[in-house]
Amino acid sequence: MSASIRIVNGEVYDPKNNINGEIKEICIQDGKIVDSVSDEATIIDAKGMVIMPGGVDIHCHIAGPKVNLARKLTPEARRHDVHPSTPFTRSGSGGNTPSTFAAGYRYATLGYTTVMEAAVSPIGARHVLEEFEDTPIIDKGFYVLLGNNIFLHNLIREKRTEEFEQAVAWWVNATKAYTVKLVNPGGDEPWKGKRNSNVSDIDEKSDDDALSPRQIIEAFVKTVNKQGYPHPPHIHCNNLGHSGNYKTTLETMKTAGDLRAHIAHIQFHSYGGELGKNPISKAAEIVEYVNKHPNITCDVGQVMFGKSMIMTADAPLAYVLKGHTKGKWVNADTECESGCGILPFNYQEHIYMHTLQWAIGLELFLLSEDPWRIILSTDHPNGGSFMAYPKLIKLLMDEKFRHEEMKRVNQKALLKCSLPELKREYTLNEIAIITRAGPAKALGLESKGHLGVGADADITIYDVMDDKEMMFSTARYVIKSGNTMIENHEFKTDSTGKVLHITPEYDNKIEEVLKPFFESYYSIEFSNYAVDGDRYLHKHEVIKTN
Amino acid sequence: MVEETNKKAEEESKNIKIVEDATCTFCGCVCDDMELHVDLDEKRITKAKNACVLGRAWFAEHTIEDAPAAMIDGKEVTIEEAIEEAAQTLVKAKFPITYGLSDTTSEAQREAVAITDYVKGNLDTTTSVCHGPSGLAFQGVGESTSTLGEVKNRADLVIYWGGNPAESHPRHFGRYAVTPKGMFTPNGKKDRTVVLVDVRKTKSAGVADILIRPNPGKDFEVIWALRALVKGNKLSANEGEWFWGVNIEEETGVPLETLTDLAERMKKCRFGVLFFGMGLTMTRGRHFNSGALLALATDLNKYTHFVAKPVRGHGNVTGADNVVAWQTGYPFGVNFSRGYPRFNPGEFTTVDTLSNGDADAALIIASDPGSNFPKKAIEHLKNIPVITLDTKSTETTNLSHVAFRTATYGINTSGTVYRMDDVSITLRPAFESPFPDDETILKKIKKRVHELTLKKIHPGGASCEAKVAAVNPL
Repeated sequence: MSASIRIVNGEVYDPKNNINGEIKEICIQDGKIVDSVSDEATIIDAKGMVIMPGGVDIHCHIAGPKVNLARKLTPEARRHDVHPSTPFTRSGSGGNTPSTFAAGYRYATLGYTTVMEAAVSPIGARHVLEEFEDTPIIDKGFYVLLGNNIFLHNLIREKRTEEFEQAVAWWVNATKAYTVKLVNPGGDEPWKGKRNSNVSDIDEKSDDDALSPRQIIEAFVKTVNKQGYPHPPHIHCNNLGHSGNYKTTLETMKTAGDLRAHIAHIQFHSYGGELGKNPISKAAEIVEYVNKHPNITCDVGQVMFGKSMIMTADAPLAYVLKGHTKGKWVNADTECESGCGILPFNYQEHIYMHTLQWAIGLELFLLSEDPWRIILSTDHPNGGSFMAYPKLIKLLMDEKFRHEEMKRVNQKALLKCSLPELKREYTLNEIAIITRAGPAKALGLESKGHLGVGADADITIYDVMDDKEMMFSTARYVIKSGNTMIENHEFKTDSTGKVLHITPEYDNKIEEVLKPFFESYYSIEFSNYAVDGDRYLHKHEVIKTN
Repeated sequence: MVEETNKKAEEESKNIKIVEDATCTFCGCVCDDMELHVDLDEKRITKAKNACVLGRAWFAEHTIEDAPAAMIDGKEVTIEEAIEEAAQTLVKAKFPITYGLSDTTSEAQREAVAITDYVKGNLDTTTSVCHGPSGLAFQGVGESTSTLGEVKNRADLVIYWGGNPAESHPRHFGRYAVTPKGMFTPNGKKDRTVVLVDVRKTKSAGVADILIRPNPGKDFEVIWALRALVKGNKLSANEGEWFWGVNIEEETGVPLETLTDLAERMKKCRFGVLFFGMGLTMTRGRHFNSGALLALATDLNKYTHFVAKPVRGHGNVTGADNVVAWQTGYPFGVNFSRGYPRFNPGEFTTVDTLSNGDADAALIIASDPGSNFPKKAIEHLKNIPVITLDTKSTETTNLSHVAFRTATYGINTSGTVYRMDDVSITLRPAFESPFPDDETILKKIKKRVHELTLKKIHPGGASCEAKVAAVNPL
């Protein structure tokens, strides 16, 4: 039940349709953008305002077992950031791992309408989908962790390529995922089975029988591209956070050849220097490779100073960080498929490493020649909360502000990067690309991230302000699927949003191959493992595979 | 083959249905490999293959009783009347409390949290009287943990502390932790060392290779000494035997050699696990005990891979923790009176809201505080209007103002439950109940409560009702 709406007098930024700040009418009917609407349509006068498609977050962690463990772990992170109810919306609590309701409303407040949860172990899929139903307004999808899946490793090792492809598609269907996620491929087995060790090189094998990370990455990149998922494998490279890891990142991208691949939070993978010593920036090398290879997309994973929450399927990394924080720490192993580490963290301006991370993220943005493929993220809540996006936008759009901020950080770190020399300022059109059109394109979401006829009517209207942080902090209007959710900064109604997932084809016979493995090594029955039909999908949309 | 056909024919004549891979929700093991034989005529489960003694009783005892679906003050009423009265009671109250939730589906739990949010009430689950201290310890220390399948596949050292799974979780040994053959434990029990730490020699002692019996209430001291030994520290400046100026064996009942041996085994194992029960969490020291144990497991990760796991009791108490945490940000003991969730165990936990006389109405779901709470709390419960949802008649339903009789989860209704290791499972019901399920009742109460609370804010607004309908499509 969505009324027709006509938005008039607003400055429209719709990069996909080459509309850059023109005053243009936007018409909405039945949840979609249309050519024209009748005179009875509700008019929104957007004079002095900027109209953009609803924001699309390609990489964050907002729901599921690990997020919920983080919530339970840190009541202190939320008690001073309350989220009161309104007559139409539920209450919650914020901090860097907000409750489900707070997460949905806060994303909407920023003008985001589509969000991807970036790492879910298959066995945790049901839990994520339950949380999604309680995450209001925004559309959601998730990436399923398959990169350390023992059964799939066995198939790769035995060169059973056909069965591997079938099994990958089975898993994506069984979990209702949006694409495949690889995290520190090959690193779980040494962590769980070899006294908390790890792999440190893309060609290293943790023992003679094991696969190297490269073999795993290659197998998934080929399969996902062959099956035509709208979003390619989403890869968290090996050696995250370690000095000298940019070589691993370059090798990972080279492994993909000319096939599509997405490199997650690439900032954390752009460090030079020697292992165990302070890193230096290799942002230029990384950006150069990305600039020249249109098959690669990435999100930045910007670090923002202040409190964050590390939550990652890269369990060995979380343990390394625990060595620094010396505080509370969660490790959570998932049988046969994944690991997980969680701990509170604090990025501080005076620390060399943290400043360098902050600077490298900004360098990546500012050196990018193709903003469509270097996408805004903070790897929420790892690099910082999604609530810091407005400040990040200001850092990109306002060189003077950037220089003010640079005065407060570790000056030695600034000498090891090119940030102080970079004068570039992002335009509103470029911001619309890195927060909307770009991620939507990288995700293969054809009806999101733009305002052309036929697109989903997910629209954000901001007041024009000189202070871009202020401007992007609270959208004046947010329209989701044609319904005005926020009007003059106030929530007017509530909705659940929908689940976005894919259904690649597979042959049922693969279940006969999977079943014996499950019976031997899983602790839940095979027939109870897959997410049951549409039951956990509330509203959902299947995005086509090609 | 002939035999099978005969058996099948016989079952058909008796109108028997077989449900495969059904889930037992009796305890936190949430075994999902039940084969239930259901007599559809008599509406009862005649056989529960693979179930343990507790599970068999759970399935056998849940039959359909002839009782009213809804009662107000002991008199039968329609469900609609009861819903109206329940909603009015909750909205009128100044400090309504919601409690229980551990024996129902997560779908129902979600509705219960919503109701409490709308009436700005107080929300708590049975966690506050079982593994609540472990939840608090978790907030202080964190936890290295794993799903139960990982224990089955990898654990070569299994330690049970303060629990008696042989009697409380009978299939924990066979299905998950002691005897099953896993990927790296192909010989099952032979590949594992099992240690039991308990003040009593319980039935669980039978599986233990090593039995350690500390003096009652001395768990913390034993764990703390182990932490020191694991790190290679001496227990005292005066050579070993002395611990904080007292003899460790006299103090704890455990000889130093036993502790040293255990510390060495823990460091040398390939994948160790510490399971702990209420013998640790509800005795002297409480969350200090749980915290010490979790810290010990964390320390051990410097040497090898080590995990810890509370052995949770009720079928979906883990689901309750999860649902309350994702909807409010906190696991239990949550108060909404200011319009947003606040967490304060000791103030917002149910024993306290009742004993202090704060609560002026109660919504109790799938729990029986009337029979097991402290006397003072029960006395208060008797003086306030209580709304209950339960599958059986209990002490609490008997003192209720409004009582709903509901269908049993996992037997009559589907839904989702979370195993003690946070793995979620969808239930496969066996036969229909004439009673509605918790989720259905709670959804209706929620809708009515939301209408009433909105009317309080905007009296008589017609647009208001339309918006409620938009928010709560039924």
